[in-house]
Amino acid sequence: MRLLEYQAKSLFSDYSIPIPQGLTSTDIDQGRKDAATLGFPFVIKAQMAVGGRGKAGAIQKCHNADEFELKYPEIMQKVVKGEKTKAILLEKMADIKKELYLSLFLNRSKRCYTIIASGEGGVEIESVKNQIIREVGVGDVDSKTAEEVGKEMGLRDKALSQFVTILQKLSKLTIEKESELAEINPLAVLKDDTLVALDGKVIIDDNAMFRHEELRKFQEVSELEERAEKSGFSLVELDGNIAVVGNGAGLVMSTLDMLSDHGGRPACFLDVGGGATTDTVYEALTLISKMKKVKGILVNLYGGIVKTTTVATAFIKAYENRLIDFPVFARMSGAEADKSKEMLKGSRTKMFDTIEEAINAAVIEVNKNG
Amino acid sequence: MADLFDLLIGKEGDKDYKKKPVIVQGITGKFGSFHTQQMLAYGTNIVAGVTPGKGGQKVEGVPIYENMKEAVEATGAKISIIFVPAKFFLGAAIEALEAGIKLLIAIPEHVPVKDALTVVELAKKKDAIVVGPNTPGVIIPGIIKIGIMPASPFKAGRIAVISRSGTLMYEVSHNLTLANFGQSICFGIGGDPINGAPLIQAFDTIRDGANIDGVVVVGEIGGDAEEMLAQHIIDTKFDKPVVAYIAGRAAPKEKRMGHAGAIIYGTYGSAESKVAMYAKANVPVAKRPAEVPMLLAGKLGKGRNK
Repeated sequence: MRLLEYQAKSLFSDYSIPIPQGLTSTDIDQGRKDAATLGFPFVIKAQMAVGGRGKAGAIQKCHNADEFELKYPEIMQKVVKGEKTKAILLEKMADIKKELYLSLFLNRSKRCYTIIASGEGGVEIESVKNQIIREVGVGDVDSKTAEEVGKEMGLRDKALSQFVTILQKLSKLTIEKESELAEINPLAVLKDDTLVALDGKVIIDDNAMFRHEELRKFQEVSELEERAEKSGFSLVELDGNIAVVGNGAGLVMSTLDMLSDHGGRPACFLDVGGGATTDTVYEALTLISKMKKVKGILVNLYGGIVKTTTVATAFIKAYENRLIDFPVFARMSGAEADKSKEMLKGSRTKMFDTIEEAINAAVIEVNKNG
Repeated sequence: MADLFDLLIGKEGDKDYKKKPVIVQGITGKFGSFHTQQMLAYGTNIVAGVTPGKGGQKVEGVPIYENMKEAVEATGAKISIIFVPAKFFLGAAIEALEAGIKLLIAIPEHVPVKDALTVVELAKKKDAIVVGPNTPGVIIPGIIKIGIMPASPFKAGRIAVISRSGTLMYEVSHNLTLANFGQSICFGIGGDPINGAPLIQAFDTIRDGANIDGVVVVGEIGGDAEEMLAQHIIDTKFDKPVVAYIAGRAAPKEKRMGHAGAIIYGTYGSAESKVAMYAKANVPVAKRPAEVPMLLAGKLGKGRNK
């Protein structure tokens, strides 16, 4: 789960990592009250889980009430890289002397946490120069390591001691909240040499959420994604028109790749999982039927433990109940595939022996229908 | 590092050669009991199950014990497979490793990263191999199946398959079998960010197997395991043919594609980065699963790698 900036900052604040004064709203009435509390000037920041907000105009300075009335609604409507504004953070401006970069992330191959830091922050991580990288094991970052990193970044005296504290707090947060990434970019050095986290990005391990009731309030999933989770499958919505369904994350990804290679545009990634039953597949079709953009379904099943007839039964039921009215292109391999073919004869589910044939047919047919 | 083939098959002359005893943790659950039956049908020597509170009962004729200590003492098994729900995985894994298990197959999906890290640390201390979590398991076709994979895609032979994905391991093995490339071992490392046996380690446990003519590595987006493996192949001058497949080329960034580990941040974890590194190691990457046997045939035809 990726937290929004204001959510990450509220965690920072819980751990005494300094943040600028700010207030979050989701409508302009509350926004006006927040503006009055903060006082002009301030920064209006769109809250969305995506980088590059500044360039896209989703973060703007605001000097007076006229500007506010213009900019607040504009930023509320922003869409950056497909992400909509979820809320608006109004934040006091800071007197910045220097921008630093600091993050702690779970290093998968090394199987430990790793610090990345730089004295030249404020740009996206790919462009951060002079990166200092330190593997730090799975426990807390000790003050000696923190101090070494700070010195290497060119920090001295007051700024250095504050940096050490911030890095240690960030490490505590990472471990206690089970985050995969905790990033402060930029970590600003102000004119008076105090440090403050101007932005925050925190990604929490979804699988550990059962231990973190306190983070539930930050969890935001679309209705469809929530229903999918309840039924035990994974769903990722995409922007094409062919829904891709299969069993197993790898197989569905592979199908997505092949569909794209053939000029098809996937509408979603839907993995029904290893324990698929007629009911769960029917539920998957129900979710897909709610996506208006879908013009066809591509199915790739490797029936091993899950019998293909289980899946075929769900499709027949879906057509009978008029749940779906678009064509289905299916490749079902393995257990009882011949029987499934027989069952689906004459229905709008077309069965193919290989996934390549199913994809060809799907792309031709869906493109023909616009 | 414990020897994987020795654990799974043993040596000729061993009393339990090709009949290594296996314990099932969480044997009474729906999933656990179903797969116990499937593994028994394949010929795997399941000697005990563990479910607290159900000691003394039987599932599919297999005796159940209260805990791993009792089960290991009664059977001498060094292999265990875990079917408990994710939130109980940590406890079950610690119990197994403390009881002396040397090969732990961790089936559960959705295990928290912190718990996986804890188990990895303990396994290192105990010199044990952990496969998974979120793995389909390990199979040596015709000899032993410890996992949830269907039996039908696999056939005994001389190609090793290592995979981060379950169904893709079946799909690729199925394609290999159709092309008459049987498998000496199929090893599912798991779809999570933290693997008990990461790609390189899995590779090292099988690379020197006398029964291996080539290796197929089925990867996916997320992390840098493929990049590191490619470098490892170069560094260690591995000279048998290696062919790869990578799923997720068309996946958007920062979206978790079903597997907890299948996510791209910036360029970290992208398919392009993996393909580029494989190219340096002279490892061809198939565009689709059906292409794997063709690339492998090409490599084997040309003889040794490089």
